[in-house]
Amino acid sequence: MRALDLDYMLGLVPVILGYVPLTLFMAVVAMACALVLASLLAVERVVRVPGLDWLVVLFISFFRGTPLLVQLFLFYYGLPQVIGFLTQINGVTAAIMGLTLHFSAYMAEAIRAAITGVDRSQWEAAQSIGMTQGQMMRRIVLPQAARIAAPTLVNYFIDMIKGTSLAFTLGVTEMMGATQKEASGSFLYFEAFLVVAILYWIIVETLNQGQKQLETHLNKAYAR
Amino acid sequence: MIRVRGLTKRFDGTAVLDGIDLDIADGERVVVIGPSGTGKSTLLRCLNFLDRPNAGTIEIGDVSVDAAKATKRDILALRRATSFVFQNYALFANKTAKENIMEALVTVHDRPRDEAERRALEVLGETGLAEKADSYPAALSGGQQQRVGIGRAMAIGADLMLFDEPTSALDPEWVGEVLDLMRRVAEQRQTMLIVTHEMQFAREIADRVVFMEGGRIVEEGPPQEVLEAPRDERLRRFLRRVS
Ligand SMILES: Nc1ncnc2c1ncn2[C@@H]1O[C@H](COP(=O)(O)OP(=O)(O)O)[C@@H](O)[C@H]1O
Ligand SMILES: [Mg+2]
Repeated sequence: MRALDLDYMLGLVPVILGYVPLTLFMAVVAMACALVLASLLAVERVVRVPGLDWLVVLFISFFRGTPLLVQLFLFYYGLPQVIGFLTQINGVTAAIMGLTLHFSAYMAEAIRAAITGVDRSQWEAAQSIGMTQGQMMRRIVLPQAARIAAPTLVNYFIDMIKGTSLAFTLGVTEMMGATQKEASGSFLYFEAFLVVAILYWIIVETLNQGQKQLETHLNKAYAR
Repeated sequence: MIRVRGLTKRFDGTAVLDGIDLDIADGERVVVIGPSGTGKSTLLRCLNFLDRPNAGTIEIGDVSVDAAKATKRDILALRRATSFVFQNYALFANKTAKENIMEALVTVHDRPRDEAERRALEVLGETGLAEKADSYPAALSGGQQQRVGIGRAMAIGADLMLFDEPTSALDPEWVGEVLDLMRRVAEQRQTMLIVTHEMQFAREIADRVVFMEGGRIVEEGPPQEVLEAPRDERLRRFLRRVS
């Protein structure tokens, strides 16, 4: 066993930190898109639009039923072969698309369950004052479902941040890709991957703290 | 003027409302009494289309709906002409007392926010809850929640206010304040259709009492007749049980 090269590790920290913005950019954009898509899918699952329901069920089943890495390869390497205008697709875009679709399928289920968890009386009160379906969803049901789903959704966001590391397989130099390059230059694989692991860990722990504050905020209305 | 004809609602083939005919004049206060499971809630819910009637016509103000061919637009129009006070209050849990009252004004009736806010504060004043404007429902007592519920229904100035046992879920200590507020609403000549088991209150407030049983109106008339000199045997039995 050899000693860890601590100087190398310390020197590597700022290098990898430089790629944190790209990692977070991909995660935040994919999360925002996935939230919107998942909400639409979830609302559809609850109200069951005839002719659309089976498509949504199929979508959710496929993106939950296949590995994220396979989906990313399908988008980046596969789709451009069959769809012409996608030849220009770059790794970052493909990664964001893949993460969005993959996680929206999971999040749709979480949001659907949360919508179902909103008390029936809340729906009826909204209907009784003459709200349209859309108004009822946007103003009453989804905000309350958000509170129920929030802890689960934050967990998916954390999974998503870790999932961005797969973008390096599409040639994107994000945290993982940068580490890979550094390590293959220095041959200090253990040190390099330990540094990147710790950086991911710190980001995730920071988010866990944020989650507690978010929950306090969302529960404000419900505190006695 | 409210005119209901042949209102029928079936659950699993059983007629829970069996052809209800009911006229209510503007400003009239009608109290519905009857044993439980007799269709009183269903009647109110059908008037608001929370339950969809199988047949019959409903006319409220200038809105006229034939249940058998009611469109989405008809249903919204009918709901906007009525307001509903629920037994379990059903305040929007994600909104403050003030926002609960503003919601219908802003979202449904397209009033400007500042006007809606003024109206909400005015109504909260009438319900005696001005200082609770920014409290969320979870922080209010049952009686306070129901007063906000009534305020929410008052604010939109509906042609007909529906009350489904508004005091039945309350601890006895809060019943009085809710009934007091309903008396004040009644003094404003608001048209009201009230399901309640509070017989003393019915006697005081009602222009007319309607006794329902088995999905039908069995007897109706001024409170002194229906409550003091009931003709139908089922009504007599019911009154002996509740008094
Ligand atoms: N959603 C429903 N599905 C099936 N049966 C129902 C439903 N709602 C009410 N009922 C039945 O209709 C009858 C009348 O109910 P309801 O109108 O609540 O009576 P009341 O308010 O007079 O106590 C009861 O027998 C009840 O079980
Ligand atoms: Mg009832």
